[in-house]
Amino acid sequence: MARVTDSAQSLTERVRAGHVPSIARMISHVESGANNVAEQVAELYKAGGHARIIGITGAPGAGKSTLVSSLVRELRARDNTVGIIAIDPSSPFSGGSILGDRIRMSDLYHDPGVFIRSMATRGALGGLARATIDAVTVLDAAGKDIVLVETVGVGQDEVDIVRACHTTVVVSAPGMGDDVQAIKAGILEIADVHAVNKADRPEANKTIGELKTMLKDSGHVLTDGWKIPVLATVAEHGQGVEHGQGVDELADVMERHYEHLVSSGEIERRERNMAAHRLKTIIQGVALDRVEDPSVGPDFDAAVEDVRLRKRAPFTVALDLLENSV
Amino acid sequence: METPYSKLNSEQLTRLIEESVVRQIEDEVADWESNELAGFLERVPEQKSEYRSGSGFPVKRVYTPEDVADTPWEEIGLPGRYPFTRGPYPTMYRGRSWTMRQIAGFGSGAETNERLKYLVRQGQTGLSVDFDMPTLMGYDSDDSMSWGEVGREGTAIDVIDDMEALFEGINLEEISVSMTINPSAWILLAMYVALAEEKGYDLNKLSGTIQNDILKEYAAQKEWVYPIRPSMRIVRDTIVYCARNMRRYNAVNISGYHISEAGGSPLHEVAFTLANTKAFVQDVTSVGMDVDDFAPRLSFFFVSQADFFEEIAKFRAVRRVYAKMMKEEFGAKKPESMRMRFHTQTAAATLTKPQPINNIVRTTLQALSAVLGGTQSLHTNGLDEAYTIPSEFAMKVALRTQQIIAEETNIPNVSDPLGGSYYVESLTNDMERAIWEILEKTEEMGGAVGAIEQGYFQREIADFAYELAQSKAHNDRTVVGVNKYIDDEEDHKVETHALDPESEQRQIDFLKRVKAERDNDEVERILKKLQDTARDHDANLMPVTIEAVKARASMGEIVNALKEVFGTYTETPVF
Amino acid sequence: MTETGQPIRILVAKVGLDGHDRGAKVIARALRDAGMEVIYTGLHRRPEDVVTSAIQEDVDVIGVSILSGAHMTVFPRIIELLREQEADEKTLLLGGGVMPDEDVEELKSMGVAEILGQDTPPDTVVETVRRLVSERGARV
Repeated sequence: MARVTDSAQSLTERVRAGHVPSIARMISHVESGANNVAEQVAELYKAGGHARIIGITGAPGAGKSTLVSSLVRELRARDNTVGIIAIDPSSPFSGGSILGDRIRMSDLYHDPGVFIRSMATRGALGGLARATIDAVTVLDAAGKDIVLVETVGVGQDEVDIVRACHTTVVVSAPGMGDDVQAIKAGILEIADVHAVNKADRPEANKTIGELKTMLKDSGHVLTDGWKIPVLATVAEHGQGVEHGQGVDELADVMERHYEHLVSSGEIERRERNMAAHRLKTIIQGVALDRVEDPSVGPDFDAAVEDVRLRKRAPFTVALDLLENSV
Repeated sequence: METPYSKLNSEQLTRLIEESVVRQIEDEVADWESNELAGFLERVPEQKSEYRSGSGFPVKRVYTPEDVADTPWEEIGLPGRYPFTRGPYPTMYRGRSWTMRQIAGFGSGAETNERLKYLVRQGQTGLSVDFDMPTLMGYDSDDSMSWGEVGREGTAIDVIDDMEALFEGINLEEISVSMTINPSAWILLAMYVALAEEKGYDLNKLSGTIQNDILKEYAAQKEWVYPIRPSMRIVRDTIVYCARNMRRYNAVNISGYHISEAGGSPLHEVAFTLANTKAFVQDVTSVGMDVDDFAPRLSFFFVSQADFFEEIAKFRAVRRVYAKMMKEEFGAKKPESMRMRFHTQTAAATLTKPQPINNIVRTTLQALSAVLGGTQSLHTNGLDEAYTIPSEFAMKVALRTQQIIAEETNIPNVSDPLGGSYYVESLTNDMERAIWEILEKTEEMGGAVGAIEQGYFQREIADFAYELAQSKAHNDRTVVGVNKYIDDEEDHKVETHALDPESEQRQIDFLKRVKAERDNDEVERILKKLQDTARDHDANLMPVTIEAVKARASMGEIVNALKEVFGTYTETPVF
Repeated sequence: MTETGQPIRILVAKVGLDGHDRGAKVIARALRDAGMEVIYTGLHRRPEDVVTSAIQEDVDVIGVSILSGAHMTVFPRIIELLREQEADEKTLLLGGGVMPDEDVEELKSMGVAEILGQDTPPDTVVETVRRLVSERGARV
């Protein structure tokens, strides 16, 4: 049998045809910034734009991965193909990472309609890495109906996710040692949907109640005509429940949110934000790369020394570097 | 000394050594330190800047009565008397030697049966059976998950007929049988009971144990099927069933061995085991059973590791803490409910592939500390542990090791011979104190179940394992033959145990035959009944399981039926 | 680091029912501390799971830890599946655990790049991975 990879198709063509090893390789390229990746991403970007992009965030321990696993099974039952990007932090010391989210999705491995990729933050300047956003583009172009981005759940990326997705789901769990009061204000504001997971725990109702109160108090019950729901989910297998309790409701809500975005015209605003954020992220990245590149413009290390020794002021130096490198 | 949980505090405690004597010794020690010691250190500095036990307790260069001055005599006491520091029985090995219980298991029930009989002929006094991975995990031999693993690391049991072959020609009323089985333990127990009933044995005469300690699985050994809480319920049901129907049977063998093998320190081993014990006991008393009705049949399983004296101190400390916990926490009245009995296995994790003969020496020393620590039962590892299922030769040498200690050294003639050693008593105290600290911390997390759900036990184990691996790699920890005294000589050729390649298929064929010949409607009916029973949290699963195995339902069928009710467990690994 | 200066991506897999993950976890940690991206499969994986994951994650190396003795069935199966699913021919396969010497030789002749026994220090594992990846060179 002829190997697909031996055929005359280009990598991007194979991605668009849904060839798994090619999708995987393309994502590696966007991470490494290899060769002609900009052109390849450009091609895939133009071919995409059909996928619903969902961000899943929330503190570690809330059960995001298990919920994603349950949710994907439900989405598959509704005939959606799904791409999942699971993000874990890179060690700030070694640059390495242990990516363990896949484990909780192991019963999805045999399903050809599901593609799971683990990505490390790789020292992204806070927020979502550009590579992650590019990886979403790849999965979109590969024909996935839905792309789920599961973030680490700490720091800037929790808030950043909203600028890369159509719908943001914030997952929390009762009795995690923190009061709902401790949930950062930023999180509360970004959610289109709240899911209180492990809702079979006794404290669950309290958590749900507190969340609803907080939303009301901060005036976030309704945004652009969308009433933010607080759902109760039990993602863990078993207890005789196929897809986990509350998960079908979550899938429904996600669909309705997207419909709302489209029918209210809100989707344009969102996608404008997504595009703007993407441009800014790229510009930041590229600018910094060029500034630090020893072969372009003034020497970065020398500039740093000037600032340290107070020979020149930081702002002056920065402008100089930008003007002469970029 | 303040001992937590101990009403000994309020009684008149007996000081071991008079205050004035202690002062005198303190002075002498100070003098010795400034004179002989200081002088000597100048010429011959000590090899290490600090010395610590395996668990990390600082260890002095020499101990004196000063170190045990605050230890009340009551904490040490006498064997067979609360708090049982020195042993569960007044006469210990004078009354009865520890059971020499070498584990065996491979291939089919019939193949293991031959090895069991061989070991009995060689002088083994109790049987211990290990099972293959599919049986341990609740899969039938013909399940796709079992492929390549049937009969490999232990014996395969799918249906009651396999167990019958396993014990063919062995009188279960006369010899105790230990079965190393966990998530599927209740099914094997059901088969054991069904078999005994078929053979006309008196259930109250059967002695032995199923390991059946599911909590240490989530923390260490990683054999599981269902989530934590339903699994705890199953353990509860077995303890209750045995308490009511099998007077001499130990329904659980609460284990620290695996916690150690997974990388935990000796302290972790005993502290986490006691935390798990607390959880099991709470579960059983919560259904209305009196602690004295089942606690006497709780048994334990520990490792005997490399730090010789720490292990002895560890065994003494865990006995003492257990006694206090059962009395203070659970209000036990019978001494049998407070005295801990345990089986020990020498530490497989210390055995090496290079220079395998060295393993005989390691095992001997570890066996020795287990005996000095007062174990009731002992498995000594084979020299080929790093390679394979032990060969007959390796098992024989291991057994002889125990026999020589028992019969040539006079060691068993005195109970707790190291009692009163300033060092050992001091280390026992250190260990006890640290155990209570961990128990308190665990309690704050909601007990053992909470601690496991939060990954606390797992994290401690993973961290300790990592540090140990690094210290071995950087030669801070010597492993003879591996990072020191390495030689290029040809190693002793170890005969590896050959697994019959046809074994797996034979087992599968047999299972197919059994399923074809039984009453399948009956099996289906009973499995439904099993599911209904499972849904009622207060009902006991044992009777219906016994019915099921009698009808030739297979282990896999029983396990799968309950997966529909309980769900399955997925681990969140901790690094 | 690979040719492109990116972190090495390595799948650490526990195949079969064997639950001994102490070694695998120590290694995973050491690899992370050495700057690599480690995708840990968790316990009780089948060869199919390992290969699917390795392909989707586009790893440089697949490290399989087996202490149950089933290595002579598992490795050939993984190699077969990698071939079938058109995994990158340059994906390196490593084994770890408890295996008799004769089996080690045979596995290497089948295409397993290296077998690292139980007592192998973590640093040696790290160095071996780095060496094999650098010897292999760029993938595309």
